[in-house]
Amino acid sequence: MDRPVFQPALEGGSIGRSVPRLEDLPMLTGSGRYAADISFPRELHMRVVRSSHAHGRIVSIDAAGALAVAGCVAVWTSRDVAEIPPIDFRPTRVQGLEPYRQPILARDRVRYVGEPVAVVFAEDPYLAEDAADLVTMEVEELPVLLSADAVPGEFEPGRNTEPAVIRKGYGDVNGAFRAAHTVVELDLAIGRHSGVPLETRGAIARYDEMRDVLELHGATKRPHANRDLLARMLARAPGSIHLYEGHVGGGFGVRGEVYPEDVLVCAAALRLGRPVKWIEDRRENLMACNHSREQRHRVRAAIDAKGRILGIDDEFFHDQGAYVRTHGARVADMTAGMLPGPYRVPAYRAIGHYRLTNKTPAATYRAPGRYEATFVCERLLDAIAAKIGIDRVEARRRNLVPKAEMPYARELDVIDTEVVLDSGDYAGLLDKALTRADWPALQRQLETRRAAGEAVGAGLAFFVEKSGLGPVDGARISMAADGTFDVVTGAASLGQGVETVLAQIAADALGVDYRRVRVIHGHTDRIEQGYGSHASRTTVMTGSAVHIAATKLRENMQPGCSAQGSFKSEHMTYPYGVHIAVVKVDRETGGVVIERYLAAFDIGRAVNPRLVEGQIEGGVVQGLGGALLEEFVYDAQGSPLSVTLADYTMPTACEAPGIAVLLTEDAPSPLNPLGLKGAGEGGVNPVGAVIASAIDDALGVPGAVTRLPVTPPRLVEIMRAERR
Amino acid sequence: MAESRNITVTVNGKRHEQQVQVRLTLADFLRQQLGLTGTHLGCEHGVCGACTVLLDGNSTRSCLMLAVQAHGHEVATVEGLAPGPDALHPLQEAFRDNHGLQCGFCTPGILMTLVEFLRDNPNPTEQEVRVAISGNLCRCTGYQGIVAAALDAAKRLQTGKGPSA
Amino acid sequence: MKPPRFHYHDPKTVPEVVGLLKTLPNARMLAGGQSLMPMLNMRLVLPDHLIDLNRVEGLAYIRETGGALEIGAMTRQRELEFSEIVRELCPMMHEAILQVGHRQTRNRGTLGGSLCQLDPSAELVAVAAALDATVAVAGPKGKREIPFSEFPKTYMTPAIEPDELLTGVRFPLWAKNHGHAFVEFARRHGDFAIVSAAALLEEDGGGKIKRASVTLGGVAAAPVRVRELEKAIMGHVASDALFREACEVCRKIEAMQDVHAPSSYRQHLAAVLSRRALEKAHARIGGGRG
Repeated sequence: MDRPVFQPALEGGSIGRSVPRLEDLPMLTGSGRYAADISFPRELHMRVVRSSHAHGRIVSIDAAGALAVAGCVAVWTSRDVAEIPPIDFRPTRVQGLEPYRQPILARDRVRYVGEPVAVVFAEDPYLAEDAADLVTMEVEELPVLLSADAVPGEFEPGRNTEPAVIRKGYGDVNGAFRAAHTVVELDLAIGRHSGVPLETRGAIARYDEMRDVLELHGATKRPHANRDLLARMLARAPGSIHLYEGHVGGGFGVRGEVYPEDVLVCAAALRLGRPVKWIEDRRENLMACNHSREQRHRVRAAIDAKGRILGIDDEFFHDQGAYVRTHGARVADMTAGMLPGPYRVPAYRAIGHYRLTNKTPAATYRAPGRYEATFVCERLLDAIAAKIGIDRVEARRRNLVPKAEMPYARELDVIDTEVVLDSGDYAGLLDKALTRADWPALQRQLETRRAAGEAVGAGLAFFVEKSGLGPVDGARISMAADGTFDVVTGAASLGQGVETVLAQIAADALGVDYRRVRVIHGHTDRIEQGYGSHASRTTVMTGSAVHIAATKLRENMQPGCSAQGSFKSEHMTYPYGVHIAVVKVDRETGGVVIERYLAAFDIGRAVNPRLVEGQIEGGVVQGLGGALLEEFVYDAQGSPLSVTLADYTMPTACEAPGIAVLLTEDAPSPLNPLGLKGAGEGGVNPVGAVIASAIDDALGVPGAVTRLPVTPPRLVEIMRAERR
Repeated sequence: MAESRNITVTVNGKRHEQQVQVRLTLADFLRQQLGLTGTHLGCEHGVCGACTVLLDGNSTRSCLMLAVQAHGHEVATVEGLAPGPDALHPLQEAFRDNHGLQCGFCTPGILMTLVEFLRDNPNPTEQEVRVAISGNLCRCTGYQGIVAAALDAAKRLQTGKGPSA
Repeated sequence: MKPPRFHYHDPKTVPEVVGLLKTLPNARMLAGGQSLMPMLNMRLVLPDHLIDLNRVEGLAYIRETGGALEIGAMTRQRELEFSEIVRELCPMMHEAILQVGHRQTRNRGTLGGSLCQLDPSAELVAVAAALDATVAVAGPKGKREIPFSEFPKTYMTPAIEPDELLTGVRFPLWAKNHGHAFVEFARRHGDFAIVSAAALLEEDGGGKIKRASVTLGGVAAAPVRVRELEKAIMGHVASDALFREACEVCRKIEAMQDVHAPSSYRQHLAAVLSRRALEKAHARIGGGRG
């Protein structure tokens, strides 16, 4: 394989500098254009009528009351969109998922509270809601299934609620357990939670009859792929659909997939002859936008007398919710493929039961499958330390893949890509983090405080992330008459600073100031093929393509000239890190305060260090939400109880600790010209694990935390059980 | 027929006389009727703070007010912060310089909250800043950059590097 | 999440309000809006008529009269927070109000609105119960007063008639330098309390407790004055052991259950927080710092 030469930065170049972002001005002055800010003349407003039953047979739907509302123009049910197929998922090797896809409007069954059953179109959003409230339906209730680890139920006659079982592994697992000095066994659960961006979803479709172009505004994440999917569903040529991305209020994986509402606004714009606008409200968002994370793991590790892992055997239950959505079984797949983390695991078996329940469908949320996997793996490492009687840090040291063995091929694949840890000095980063945290002094301080009666402790968690999902990306750069540069990419902006980072990369290669570079993204009519922004791929893949294009243009840097760059990668890059947290537990209330937090992360090469820190800081706080505060709770009938932001509690500035970020560049990726790795998911990945570790330490009870979120009532119960 | 009222509201120093439906929220009035889309809606039930504006100088969740209630009052939104087309308020500068925003959706609400806060507390501690913005949710930044920006803005305002709030 | 249709009224005087309440069916009053507007936006309430109280004259005041604080129903929580009179004469109210929501909530929220909403976790509701407040109400038959212990009729429903409105609240004051504390436990800063505890103490010359008020919020539908606990500590010299033992009785209070906490946890918090409130209140007797 041809390895690109590692290019050092130019003297005084852009890369590596924490320059201010190019994107900020409109957002600071209130001139952003988020989906809700976009309006077209004569637009209709769409409002979705959603199921209030978790599972049932639709007997009838009555729209007469809605149609009688002045200003209500149309009401659709599944019969009105019968020709539109269910929503497809990404290509996958996993078989048998098709029958479980979601129709854009429920056909004969509803399967989760919040499922779209009908849509109303009206002259303004207030009227649309008035009309939607008058649509009634008769539903014959069916039994609800709310646990992925219960016996599967019936999805439809002849089909049960386990669409697939993910199996991964290598080596002689049974032999490992026979040869083990001892075995640690854990039963762990991660609660249902998700990205919940501050901006709810929105989609505005407009059909330009003259050009025969259907426009969809409010797009993001994977505009080209989404366009292609919409084209298939609406039976139009892909080139006749244009997706436009404006400003985006956060994505975190949940925004920018194709949802029923996106298809419906498009179909409506085509059929009703007017632009159609849909803006989700928060209640809808919490019950209709992708959920994530809910898994239960029964995991065992075979270890030798020194605490070295001989084998891991994991059986887990993934709660997919009511339907298979656009990610197929990817999250379960990533869990199984990434669970070994940074450790040597000579034998491994993972069996992932991918199961449906009558809850909101699930998909990817920042570090999908890996927040879960790291929780499981790091709980194992802490358990190993306790079982053997060694220090938790030492347990890591004895198991980390050494630098000398990089690149390290796991005999596993994730998203149909072989897992090859491309570069990493895990032990080195562990040392740096412990030094930065002054770990020995910290331990002494905690000991003193504990002796005085405080329940304080420190935890650590090591993790490997994946980034730079390929297989390919492209960019086109041209020089304008005024000496500025346009970079056209298929990237998307979720608010992460794409325009700035790509401008820095281009400017560096061109030898110019980054402010002379304008980055275009999220518009499918500006570049034929694009791969979007997700899986922490943009800096790596689009960045590399931009670097290549800009390097070419530099050879002939004249106004009017342009150059294309394409970058292929068959493997992902694997940034890694370790987090350390100090917590104080209030033994009486079960309240937890994070006193200190250190996030160490090797980014390979930081284009804009401050932006990388920002990604880490934001990810950490989201991770804390999942560890302590956030959960989608359901009652016994499958009604969601977490339907407002007062029920689904996300961290505020008071719950968020100050976060120290230690960024290193010890292990640039050998897979791209600049040595880049992605930053988007390295903040959130280990947070559940590190908080669990810290709470165990504060209570003096190894393995106390087996379930997230660790809410105060649960913690009080843990302490009570411990005393018995 | 939808019931309406005539209202007169001063927004960012400019007088508006408008007819509004009585159930129109102040947030929707600003966004839809006046075209000031800088004020955002994140929840419409008074938790996220994205809709925060100043009503007679006091921070207010505009999703929890009716437009008719603003009749005779003064409203300040993010669009009125910058002193001119080519200048920024010290808060805006501080946010830009301290990476105090990522997706920018929470930013207008936080800026307006901080205008009031720094006016009443010109020399805050970090903890006081965190309490002050605890009614504004951010999902992107982890609040770190926001807190740094607020403290930086406090310094800038105190040394008179820009217009006072 | 847009409000439903309604007819809007903005009266300017209390008699006007009463007149509207008498004649309009299915009417709700809009005070600070911090509770009613979310309910309207979520269409949990569908009033035909909305009576906006924000332009009614004479309902916002804070004054000290005859050993009590009299506060108008439309007094903004912000005014309570910054009032020197409140801080000096009713320090528990001051401590409680700092825990009510956030700055934005308090800028609009009102005393009367909070009391009439009767959220089980509302701080001001617990304060009114703790201080044995009296609520003044105006209706077509004139004015009347309701002791706060009789004010909560049932879950989030005050004992006032559909044609009456709350005009003011009277908070009898405790002796100068009494001990006070308002503590709560919430998931996040500014959230409604899962459980709150309000404690007021006075001691006699011999250091024995001669007056005690202990109120739990968030446990039941209405604030619970834990009379059994008050009796248990009366006449005794305060000590950690006394408080700890006496507060155990709180575990027997019948407690609510919701997505945030099971009832057993609320009972547990009741015992913990009532003890912490008493310890704090005791430390503050005579102007000490708790």
